[in-house]
This record gives sequence, structure tokens and C-alpha cells, in this order.
Amino acid sequence: MALLGIRGLTKDFGGIRAVNGLDLDVDAGQIISVIGPNGAGKTTLFNLITGMAPVDAGEIALDGHDIVGLRPSQILGLGIARTFQNVRLFPEMTVRENVMVARHCRTRSGMLTAILRLPSFRREEAQTRRRAEDALAFFGARLVGWRLETPARSLSYANRRRLEIARAIASDPRLLLLDEPTAGMNPQETQELTGLIHKLRDRTGIAIVLIEHDMRVVKGISERVVVLDYGQKIADGTYREVAGNERVIEAYLGRRATQA
Amino acid sequence: MAEQAIPAEVLEAAGPTLLPARGVDLRRSARLGLTAGGVAVFVSANGMVEAFSKRDIVGPISLGYAMLLGVALGFGYLAGRPPQVLQGFAAPRPGWRNLVGGLLAGAVAGAVMAVFLVLIATFEVRRIFLNIGPELVREAPRLLTVGQDLGPGLALIFGLATALGGLAGTLHLLRERWRRAVLAAVLWVVLFGLLASVVIQVLRGIQTQLRLWTAPIADVLYAGGALSVAGVALVAAAAFGASLLRTSGRRRRPLRRRLDQLPDTSRRLVRVAVLAVLLLGLGLLPQILGSFLSEVLNIAGIFLLMALGLNIVVGFAGLLDLGYVAFFAVGAYTTALLISPQSSLGLGWVFWAAVPFVILASAVAGLMVGTPVLRMRGDYLAIVTLGFGEIARLLFLSDWLKPVFGGAQGIIRIRDITIGPVELRGPQAFFYAIFLFVLLATYITYALQDSRIGRAWAAMREDESVAEAMGVNIVVAKLSAFVVGAMLAGFGGALFATKIGSIFPHSFNVIVSITVLVVIIVGGMASVPGVVVGALVLVGLPELLREFEEYRFLLYGALLIFMMVNRPEGFIPSGRRAQELHEEDMAQDAWLRERAADEREADVTAPAPRKAGEG
Ligand SMILES: Nc1ncnc2c1ncn2[C@@H]1O[C@H](COP(=O)(O)OP(=O)(O)OP(=O)(O)O)[C@@H](O)[C@H]1O
Ligand SMILES: [Mg+2]
Repeated sequence: MALLGIRGLTKDFGGIRAVNGLDLDVDAGQIISVIGPNGAGKTTLFNLITGMAPVDAGEIALDGHDIVGLRPSQILGLGIARTFQNVRLFPEMTVRENVMVARHCRTRSGMLTAILRLPSFRREEAQTRRRAEDALAFFGARLVGWRLETPARSLSYANRRRLEIARAIASDPRLLLLDEPTAGMNPQETQELTGLIHKLRDRTGIAIVLIEHDMRVVKGISERVVVLDYGQKIADGTYREVAGNERVIEAYLGRRATQA
Repeated sequence: MAEQAIPAEVLEAAGPTLLPARGVDLRRSARLGLTAGGVAVFVSANGMVEAFSKRDIVGPISLGYAMLLGVALGFGYLAGRPPQVLQGFAAPRPGWRNLVGGLLAGAVAGAVMAVFLVLIATFEVRRIFLNIGPELVREAPRLLTVGQDLGPGLALIFGLATALGGLAGTLHLLRERWRRAVLAAVLWVVLFGLLASVVIQVLRGIQTQLRLWTAPIADVLYAGGALSVAGVALVAAAAFGASLLRTSGRRRRPLRRRLDQLPDTSRRLVRVAVLAVLLLGLGLLPQILGSFLSEVLNIAGIFLLMALGLNIVVGFAGLLDLGYVAFFAVGAYTTALLISPQSSLGLGWVFWAAVPFVILASAVAGLMVGTPVLRMRGDYLAIVTLGFGEIARLLFLSDWLKPVFGGAQGIIRIRDITIGPVELRGPQAFFYAIFLFVLLATYITYALQDSRIGRAWAAMREDESVAEAMGVNIVVAKLSAFVVGAMLAGFGGALFATKIGSIFPHSFNVIVSITVLVVIIVGGMASVPGVVVGALVLVGLPELLREFEEYRFLLYGALLIFMMVNRPEGFIPSGRRAQELHEEDMAQDAWLRERAADEREADVTAPAPRKAGEG
């Protein structure tokens, strides 16, 4: 059984059908790219999976269990973490705190244990810190050291993207959804990030779905490519299969021709 | 950090675009002068100068005059200040422009004031401006012309304003270190003058309680309730010296670090000693302060308790609650119902038996307010909670619930708090109860801020939907913030009820909510020290200086506007919001410094080479 199974997923925004009867399976440990022209419904797909937008019709199952209608926090707890296309950090919180928040669903201590500073609270707090710093160390020296204590808003753009990924990783997900992780990065940074994404999968075995516009990244990273257009899946396969697909070429070229 | 100024020749050679501003901008000075004149006219016309003229603070200078002098000095200082330059650029050299800037501002302000005086001397405006009475200019004591006739009075005002503005402007000719010392001296003189009654009472109290010979100091410092000449000299000299010492070149290691390096046993000893001294001081504090000042502290303490609670709701969790007084009322009424023998329940319990029920009732109230507003944010939340606050007051006032809460007659004969056989009667005894609860609330605040739920609140404040997506259940986080905030306000209400001895619905109006909110905004959102100082100053000071009472909300308003424009993060900001500028450099520096210090300590024999980034 697939890790994530989506059947007939549909979402309307007023008159626009942003996602239209979508079927998609994600297997454990897979790296999948979702591509498609602007407005194809890629981000909306992520919003639906993570519970941030209500589903109009269709099913989403994680390990065979229906997750439609759950709160986003519950879905994160079940193991689906995401990043955002327009980086959304907690800007005034420090880098470390940003990541520590993601451990919320993996920790238990309540207000009373915090006030009484029970040993269990101290232990858990220390562990949360360690896990947060481990997640940040995934990006080498870029986010650790003195940067741990700086507010997230003072980071460079690329580092904000990295921090967002670290925050998602820290929640111990089984499925990681990355919305245009390389946007705004230079080619060298992009390459470094693709390497890291591979490493992450190899080390932890989690499934990664990423939305990507840079075709070199898509080619280099993905074991499977899913193409959306007008909320529908128009192609699904390896990069080669998809790149040669008539409808895909048409979707991209046709759209581009009208835009120009 | 060493200022790396670009030498003037280099800038000169680089051309006009790189040149820093030439010094004080005189048009800006004139504008500041106009503002100063406006402020002076405003405080004269709304009666503040007159209302404050009965309290002499320094020699013969009353608080009212001090305010006008302060306006001239303050704006003169601003007007003489050289413009800020970007880092790395050479700052303009101090010179005659600083003086002229100050003089100009003072002169403009003086002129504005003079025009105002002529106007109110010629026209009868009392019908419209109630506070502009004949005693301001026309009849004795001719407050605004300092007892002179109009002609000489105008000359005096104009001259004085110009001179003071100029004087303040010349402060910028001093080196930074000396200027700071002068400012410190002025500040402390004003403070000692303003708080004369407190200082005198404390010095007397120390003598009677501790048998130290401190009362004569009060006689030297003050004459007739105002600072004497000797007092001014002493206070100014002490403040001046202390400021110079503090900024003297050798930077000592911070106390904390030095403490850490002591051996374990002596460190424990130091800690115990400090704690003992603190406890002793606090134990004696109400005795030293006397009944009146203790009462002032108690009132400030109750507001502080509420402010700490609201700080959790607004400062930590970002939920703007304008109906916060409802929880205060719930705490007060629960207490009153349970411990007054004359309430509808007629139980007459002891205070401590009521505490669990206060907690319970406030928690329930927190849930009742929190649940319906779960989906609201920002302005909408504020308006709805404002409504809830009023609903609570009206319920306590209503005829419908009169059999329970007593309607407008409220509940009377609320018993004092007892500790064993001892009754905490009177402000001095009551202080201990307040102090206990404030301490508890402070501890809870710190403990929660630095915990799982504290981070969840902070995340929710920053971005609610992302917090939810990162695993924070927003419903739980919001409700818990409301509940904890409600409990602290409930404690405040409980103490309030026993302190006053009887409660009436009209004590719980929206003004209480607003006062508490002003305390945390001005003090510093999410900052516990800020909230403490805010409560002491904004609530304690008006209690202390009764003349302020009438102008309390005017001052709050002015202060709020000033803070929003100049220091939105509050007077003592929380660490997180403290440094807007250069924080990255500072964090890096601090980290490097700490590491270098650790290395030095680890290897004393072979000191680590200086880090390049450090100097
Ligand atoms: N909250 C919303 N309200 C209304 N319409 C929306 C909303 N979110 C998305 N849409 C619409 O749904 C369609 C799909 O948007 P979506 O953001 O999913 O596209 P995308 O594939 O992520 O595009 P891009 O590549 O530009 O990020 C668009 O037409 C968009 O305008
Ligand atoms: Mg998108």
C-alpha cells in the first residue's frame, strides 16, 4: 500500500476548479516532483494534503487512514510536514526556537510540569533543543553557532528557506512536502540543496514531494515526475517519459505562447 | 566597537554626495521650537501648570514650572542635536550650530508662549477654556508671567526659553561621556524632587526601623518638601559621578561571569547572602515605607498582577483582549461571595479556602470568553472582548442577578486575609499578600515563556496558520492563554476584594482594562521587567502625586502616542524585540566574545590570540 493515497481530489475557489479529480500515490522513500504551469493547482494540492484548506471532494489517506477533515496540527503529528512557497517562518523567534516549535507535536509536557520544572520537563526540553539543533546541523554550519540565537527575520533569503526545511524535518515526518525549495537560490546553492535532499531521503527513508520550476533540478532529483495542468494530472512517470509527453509540451508551450 | 570613521579629507575628495550632513538643521530646530511652544501652551491652557503649581520640587520651582522648563530644555536639547549619520561616516563636528539650534528652538517656543500670554491677557476666554483663569496672567499670583506684569513677564519668558534652549543645545558640545553625566544629574535631580515624599519617608523609615542615622540626610536634602540647594548639589554630584564612573574606560567583567567563576561553596554562600538581604529588605519594606506608600504599592501590585496576566494573553499569545476586566471582576466576586458573611451565600470562609474556587471560576470565565472568539483575530477579537467586558459588568450590576451579586449595592464586609491567627489588616500587612501573589505570577510567567506552551504561544502570535501547520493546536493554545491570563486577573480581583473590603460593579469598568493594556504596551510587550516598571510608574505614580489623577488619561494618551512613534517595542523591551538594528553583528560579536572568554578561561597559561572579528 502506498504511503499516501489520493483519490478524486477536488477543490473549487469560487468559479475556479483549482484541483480537479486528482489521483496520486506516493510510496515510502520516493522523491517526486510536481510540476506544472503557474496556477496549475500545485500549492493548492499541498494545502489540501496538510489540511490547511478544506477538501471539497475526494479522499486523502495516509497509510490507508483517511486524513480529510483533520486539523493541520494533527496531520503534522501523523507525519506530513511542509514548507511554503512564500517562506513563512516565525520572524521574531530565534532560529532555534523556530525549529523547536516543530517538536511540539512530538512532546507532551503541559503547563503544570513546566511551572513545577519537573525532571521530566527538563529532560524533554533538553531533548527538544538537541533535536532542533540536529535538524539545523543538517545544513552544515549555515544555521548553527551564533545564528541559533538570531531572529529568523535577520537571515538571508536562502537561509530562510533552509530554516523552513529544517523546521519541517525536525517534526520527524514520513512525508515531506517542499513548495519550490530552490526558488531564489543561485545555481550553486540549488545544487547543494538537491544533494542534501537526496541525502535526507537516503538517511531517513522519508518520502519527499517537491514542487519545482527549475527543470534541471527536476531532472536531477526526481524518481518520478507528476505534471498538473488546470488542476488535473496530465502526466505521471519518469522525467524522460514526461518530458516527451505531448500534452505536457503543449501545456507548457501553449501557455507560454499565449503569455508572451 | 571602534568607530571606523572615514577621514574628512577622503570624504571631501569623494565629492558632495558622500559628505555627511553639515550639522544642525536650523529649519528642523525652528519646527521643534514650534512644537515646544505648542506643548507649553497646551499644558498651560488645560490647567496642568496651575494644578501642579502647589507642589514645589526643586527649591521654589514648582512641578508646574518644572514642566515648562522641561519643555524648553528638552526641545532645546533635541533641536541642538546633530543629525544622525550612517555608520562609517564622520559625524559632524560639534560647533556653534548646536548652540544656535537650541537657541532658535527656545526662542520660537518662547515667542509662541508670549503670543499666547498676550492673547489670554487681552481676551476673556474662560467661557470656552475653563482652565484659563485670571490668576494665570491678569491677577496675582500671575502664574505664567512668574508674578510679573505682562510686559516684563513676556520678556522674562522669552529670555528664559531662549536661554534654556541654548543651554540644552550646548550640551552637544560636550563629549558623549560628559553629556551623559550631565543628563543623568538632571534626571536624578528631577526624580528626587518629584519623589520627595517617598525619599523623605524612606530615610525616616530606615532610621526608625534599622536604627541607622538616615533621617538627618532628609533634612539636608529637602527644605519644605522640595529639594534644597544643598540637596540639588548632592544629588547632582552623586549622579554625575556615578555616571562618569560607570562609563570610565575600564570595562569590568559582568557580575554574573565573575560569580560563575567563584568556587562552588562561596558561590552558594553569595547566593544565600543575597537572598537573605533581599528577604530582609522586603520584610521591612512596608514598615519603612509607611502606611500611605504601602497602599500605593499595593494598588500598583494589583494592577501588576493583572498586567502579568494580560501580558500572557496579549504579549505572549498575541490575542488583543480589551475585556480583561471581566476576569478581574470574576475573581473579586467569587472571593466576596465565599468569604463575606453577608453575601448571598453567607459562608464567611477564610480567604485561602476561596482561592481554589477563584482559580476555578476564572478558568471557566476564560473558557467562556475564549471559546466564542476562537476564530477571530486582531481588531475583531478586540471589539468582541471589549463587549464581553461590559457584559460581565452589566451582569454583576443587573437586577436579574441581584439576589446573588447584590446589584449596585455590591457585596460588603469582605473579611481580611488571615494567616493562622494573624489578620492582614491595613496596607502594610496586606503588602505581604500582594507580594506573594506577584512573585508567584512572575515566576509562572517566566516558567511558561520558556516552555513548550510558551513557544506555541509565540508561534501563534507570529503566524497562526503556520503555527497550526507546524503542529500547534491553535484551539488549545488560545484557550490556555485565555485561561492562564484569566487566573492571574482572578487573583488580582481576589486581592482587590479583600483589600477594599467591599466591591461594587462600577469598580470593574473598561478603564481598568485600558489601564492594564497601557501598562504592558508602555512597559514593553512580553517583557516582565517592562510590565513591572510600567505598573509602578503608570499606576503607582498617579496615586502618589494626586494632582496627576485628573490628567491621568491625558498623560496615558500622550505617552502611548510617544511610545508608538519612538519606541513601539516598549520602555523595557523583551530581549527578542530589543535590537532592531545591527542585531546580526551584535549576536555574532557576543558569540565570538563568549567563545574567546571561554577559551581564555580554559587555557590561562597560553592565552588565545585575539580574534580578528572582536575588536
Ligand atoms: N485561497 C485562494 N482563493 C482563491 N483562489 C485561489 C486560492 N488559492 C489558490 N487559488 C487559485 O487556484 C489556482 C491554483 O493556485 P495554486 O496556488 O495552487 O497554483 P500553483 O500551481 O501553486 O501556481 P504557482 O506555480 O504560481 O505557485 C489559481 O488559479 C489560484 O488563483
Ligand atoms: Mg504555488
